[in-house]
Amino acid sequence: MSRITEVLQQCRASGRKALVTYIVNGDPRPEVTLAAMHALVAAGADIIELGVPFSDPMAEGPVIQKGHERALVHHTSLAGCISLVGEFRQTNRETPVVLMGYANPLERMGYGAFGTAASAAGVDGLLTVDLPPEEASKLKQELAQLNLDTIYLIAPTTTEQRIASIVSLASGFVYYVSLKGVTGAGHLDADSVQQKVTEIRRHTALPLLVGFGIKDADSAKAIGACADGVVVGSVLVKAMGEATDQSCEDICQRLTEITASIRSGLDSLS
Amino acid sequence: MNKPIDYNAMPDASGHFGNFGGRFVSETLMHALDELQSIYDDVKNDPSFRAEFDKDLAHYVGRPSPLYFAERLTKKIGGAKIYLKREDLNHTGAHKVNNTIGQALLAKYTGKTRVIAETGAGQHGVASATVAARLGMECVVYMGAEDVKRQSLNVYRMKLLGATVVPVESGSKTLKDAMNEAMRDWVTNVDNTFYIIGTVAGPHPYPQLVRDFQCVIGREARQQCLAQEGTLPNALVACVGGGSNAIGLFHPFLSDDGVDIYGVEAGGLGVETGKHAAPLNDGVPGVLHGNRTYLMEDENGQIIETHSISAGLDYPGVGPEHAWLKDLGRVKYVAINDDEAMQAFRNLTLVEGIMPALETSHAMAYAEKLAQQRPKDEIILVNLSGRGDKDILTVAKIDGIEV
Ligand SMILES: Cc1ncc(COP(=O)(O)O)c(C=O)c1O
Repeated sequence: MSRITEVLQQCRASGRKALVTYIVNGDPRPEVTLAAMHALVAAGADIIELGVPFSDPMAEGPVIQKGHERALVHHTSLAGCISLVGEFRQTNRETPVVLMGYANPLERMGYGAFGTAASAAGVDGLLTVDLPPEEASKLKQELAQLNLDTIYLIAPTTTEQRIASIVSLASGFVYYVSLKGVTGAGHLDADSVQQKVTEIRRHTALPLLVGFGIKDADSAKAIGACADGVVVGSVLVKAMGEATDQSCEDICQRLTEITASIRSGLDSLS
Repeated sequence: MNKPIDYNAMPDASGHFGNFGGRFVSETLMHALDELQSIYDDVKNDPSFRAEFDKDLAHYVGRPSPLYFAERLTKKIGGAKIYLKREDLNHTGAHKVNNTIGQALLAKYTGKTRVIAETGAGQHGVASATVAARLGMECVVYMGAEDVKRQSLNVYRMKLLGATVVPVESGSKTLKDAMNEAMRDWVTNVDNTFYIIGTVAGPHPYPQLVRDFQCVIGREARQQCLAQEGTLPNALVACVGGGSNAIGLFHPFLSDDGVDIYGVEAGGLGVETGKHAAPLNDGVPGVLHGNRTYLMEDENGQIIETHSISAGLDYPGVGPEHAWLKDLGRVKYVAINDDEAMQAFRNLTLVEGIMPALETSHAMAYAEKLAQQRPKDEIILVNLSGRGDKDILTVAKIDGIEV
């Protein structure tokens, strides 16, 4: 069983809503990320989603775009993300780490080389925003052999037929994008999320996590009520952007506050 | 001998040209692309759609555009005969309008009320704003902040046409960033918005439908050359940014084995300097803006900044069909540097009284080189993709003149 499946099953069994936190590797400075990952876990994150910076992050809103830009100033690479996970694994063997990024750095490294390195370092899954299932079959094959989960997105525009085919390929969890828009958008509508989640559940028993547009304890609670958990990103990356000149400890302190508050929102559901 | 390639059979059903093309977008857009493809598949062979398209091209764009024998230029170069396919004489001054007329018709069929576009040189933005004005649709054009500066005349034209021009401040502030921002708008407003992509790039079915709309260039040129010279040209030359004017000219000739075909990329300060926009000359296959193609990137797969004097060629990728044609060896892709293009701009202006766009000047510069190497009875047909009025401020600046 993959680490992702194990953690999400434990969450389900104990009635805990899963919290996935997203930060960009290397943002705002490379030495912050490892400490930030540990701080997020300590504050209640169940899964870490580590953003792999890309020069052209098409699905991101302005906040996360800036995070990618700050990280790229330091030449943060996909290989660097993998080795960072290796470092994280020296002290944390329980918390799953999902790499989230775009196809081109992966193409450059090669699917095989990526899979081997990622698996050895203790990466658990991969979410590639611009690699829909139709284009992902080769990668999926490589990763499945190595017991790495391929995470796919489902969107408000995804038809019922596509939902059925996407969940049949998915492993680990299904990621529902809560709104039509980029990350950090402000027009989240809990009722329509609830409806779509119900529709997706008819097709799969996999854990269903919802992301995009969740920014505080209230929105986490509203969305968490109908899903297995939530993904939070822009609010954390925004904090990074506001703290570029602060010490690593201060940045981690700020991330801890945000994460703990969202955690308490989710915990109030159980 | 291998079986001859059926160029009309590409892209395949999944939108690929061999290893290239495809549909690399976030899930939110997949349905919109499916929908676009099914509408396009329905209308592309529908006589009433074609009739409406042809009528607009004739009466609104002013087609067919002439095939002009550049006699004085030919004499000056002293080699093969140079013919110019005069896309600069189209309404709005470039080939771009052929495509926006087609996509505006598609937008009408989809029932969307708002169109968006990305633009580099501003020609596609102007052509999009033009068709939107004519259809009474809202139009938003994304343009890199750097390009807003160097193509200010076109920015004002778009505004006069009622479009909103949004300067894009992210990344390198040029065409690729404008395209990122247009994609972000589309993801957000996918219910009411039609994205008019300006070149043969982007996710399937864009490379196919933009090509199909632009192929009017090559179909006309083929007939005109046969009528005027009694024979096919020996060579074709077109500049390649994303590659829409080039594929429009090339495609109807791909099965004519006797026709040599040259795509001209922007060599910037020289391909060897790394400061250029010539991914087919000096790039590697990768994924950007919805398709797999040749890209300019670093060793980590990050897209790198390009350089060209011409905003319309300043793009790190290229349409996937060109990537495929390069690997097949059917089309030869060469590069022309900034200063060579400038020289060709001046030549054509002074010798023929035709002021080409700086994009087009790259094709002219290569055509001059080629004409020198080829015998006098041969014919070189160049796609004169657009007129140069939009570039006079850039040229004046190089000349140190304030206009
Ligand atoms: C006159 C002209 N030619 C060529 C191009 C390059 O585009 P493409 O390669 O799609 O023809 C442009 C783009 O702005 C243009 O304005």
